[in-house]
Amino acid sequence: MRKIQALLLVAGLLGGGLSGAAPAFAADDHAAPQAPDAGFSFNRIFGTFDRASAQRGFQVYKEVCSSCHSMRQMYYRNLTDLGLSPDQVRNIAASFQITDGPNDEGAMFERAGRVSDHFRRPFANDNAARAANGGAFPPDLSVITKAREGGANYIHALLTGYREPPAGVTVMEGMHYNAYFPGHQIAMAPPLNDGQVEFAGGAPNTVEAMARDVSTFLAWAAEPELEARRALGVKILIFLGILGVLAYLTKRKIWADAH
Amino acid sequence: MAGGLHDSQIANPVIRWIDQRLPVFTMMQKEYGVFPTPRNFNYFWNFGALAMINLVIMIVTGIVLAMHYTPHVTMAFDSVERIMRDVNFGWLIRYAHANGASMFFIVVYIHIWRGMYYGSFKAPRELLWMLGVVIFLLMMATAFMGYVLPWGQMSFWGATVITNLFSAIPLVGDTIVTYLWGGFSVDNPTLNRFFSLHYLLPFVITGVVFLHIAALHITGSNNPLGIEPKGPQDTLPFHPYYTIKDSVGIVVYLMVFAVLVFFAPNYLGHPDNYIPANPMVTPAHIVPEWYFLPFYAILRAVPDKLGGVLLMGGSIVLLFVLPWLDTSKVRSLRFRPISRVLFLLWTINFFVLMWCGAKPAEQPYVLISQISTMIYFGYFLVALPLLGRFERPLPLPESIAVAVLGPKALGAGPLPGGVTAKPMEKA
Repeated sequence: MRKIQALLLVAGLLGGGLSGAAPAFAADDHAAPQAPDAGFSFNRIFGTFDRASAQRGFQVYKEVCSSCHSMRQMYYRNLTDLGLSPDQVRNIAASFQITDGPNDEGAMFERAGRVSDHFRRPFANDNAARAANGGAFPPDLSVITKAREGGANYIHALLTGYREPPAGVTVMEGMHYNAYFPGHQIAMAPPLNDGQVEFAGGAPNTVEAMARDVSTFLAWAAEPELEARRALGVKILIFLGILGVLAYLTKRKIWADAH
Repeated sequence: MAGGLHDSQIANPVIRWIDQRLPVFTMMQKEYGVFPTPRNFNYFWNFGALAMINLVIMIVTGIVLAMHYTPHVTMAFDSVERIMRDVNFGWLIRYAHANGASMFFIVVYIHIWRGMYYGSFKAPRELLWMLGVVIFLLMMATAFMGYVLPWGQMSFWGATVITNLFSAIPLVGDTIVTYLWGGFSVDNPTLNRFFSLHYLLPFVITGVVFLHIAALHITGSNNPLGIEPKGPQDTLPFHPYYTIKDSVGIVVYLMVFAVLVFFAPNYLGHPDNYIPANPMVTPAHIVPEWYFLPFYAILRAVPDKLGGVLLMGGSIVLLFVLPWLDTSKVRSLRFRPISRVLFLLWTINFFVLMWCGAKPAEQPYVLISQISTMIYFGYFLVALPLLGRFERPLPLPESIAVAVLGPKALGAGPLPGGVTAKPMEKA
């Protein structure tokens, strides 16, 4: 019995101690500060993508990010889901030169892009990407919001998180200080500058606005099924809710005289 | 019966013709129609049926996924993304499969907990329980190999860490690891054999589930009171009473499942698994899926590799001998006041281990893991044997019917020997 009481005591102390001490344990040296909530519409439980913002975000990706970052899972045809017309998408695809082949003579050749092509990659291979970026590999952005803690909020925070290093922090050669990058030293130079991308219709093009747009675009690219998924989920939950009530009432009726 | 036809009671001539030659309809009627089932199940008794449904969902979604998946290190990640983007409802099938694994473990953990709380593992159901532990082990192996298939960073590094555990085995460890890998590191041969085994093991599970249910239908189900039915007044036919009660549970289960799949499909996953596997880059923290965390915490609580592996293995192997560690004749913890409190604390301790497993292997988590590990084993190896000897259980009810129906059941008169009592049409 004494052993049991001791066990009980230890377990009780542990249970009580944990709840009080939890915040003290939360500090983790490896982690960057948590990205603040940027209030994206698609992060709400029934939210959808802001199409206009995502289209501008694609333009930011095309004119800025895509010089280093690939999106290997994406096809130009996917852009019609973003609200662009088939003609617009065809023109966007055709504006890229794609290496195709081998042809009947066995040679590779260049041709204008088609909607069925993958997004053109900036580098022939990972080693070329590394070599062109001082040894740092620019990650593929196809599923980047799913591949980072914080998702689109993190991307937004990272793109707007370049700061002067705080006193006492030495930034290594070729690195840049970022408030939200794990370890704070990121090889990517600040990619966005105010007014860098000219949007049709004159939408705001501050760093903050462009970061918001490109984060929206990347969130859509990572989860193009998000809206269909949530819409189907609502229907299925309503169906199951009704079915559940019927099942429960049937159960009550069947069991009425059994207890 | 040699050479004769089965004496079928079925009226429909076509079904009767079949049933005389292959009495599956008679069997279904006996095992799932009139099967006498204790009348006092609570909703914890839904979880066996839920696990069965979950297994079917996993196999069906898995077979479809296998039609589109490519088990090759250079293509696996992209093929999974292709399923998400270009296969019709591929996102639904894959998210259902990935979250289905989590649901399977939630359901099975509750099912195991139910068995421990109400003493379902005790005589005469020891073998039924042990088959269940076999299913649990097979599930763990299957889930582990399934998590490797998308070939993300956690797939690769999880596979590396877990397969490396076998190298702790003296003498043959390294050889075993080489066979697991199909080479000298986790690579394409590893992915191929894991895919093959991941497809095979669910059917092995199905086989053991069949044995599990066969054994269940010999002993009959336990119940929240932990006392055996003494006669027909203590039981109800499985259909319609428990088919409808299970149906209610299935709908609730599907709703939880749907919330995960449709609104938080990556909540239980790790972001690093959306980064393609890279043997040259080690993630900051390598963590297994949530359902392995308690055992991962036990593994890391021990400073010695072999010791950690043995203790982790022991934490599950211990379940096989649980029927003999718990020496009390009383099954349900409802009637064991001290055991009940200790088991609930043990349950909390299980969650503490789970929490520790997700933390980096540094203080104070290591110390907490060590204390929790001692509590985990202390309950089985010290508390249970002693409690069986010293604890004074509360008085058990006379019968299930008396406990459930009260005086109404007594109105039916004394029940000499139980078996002689008249079958009651409806309670």
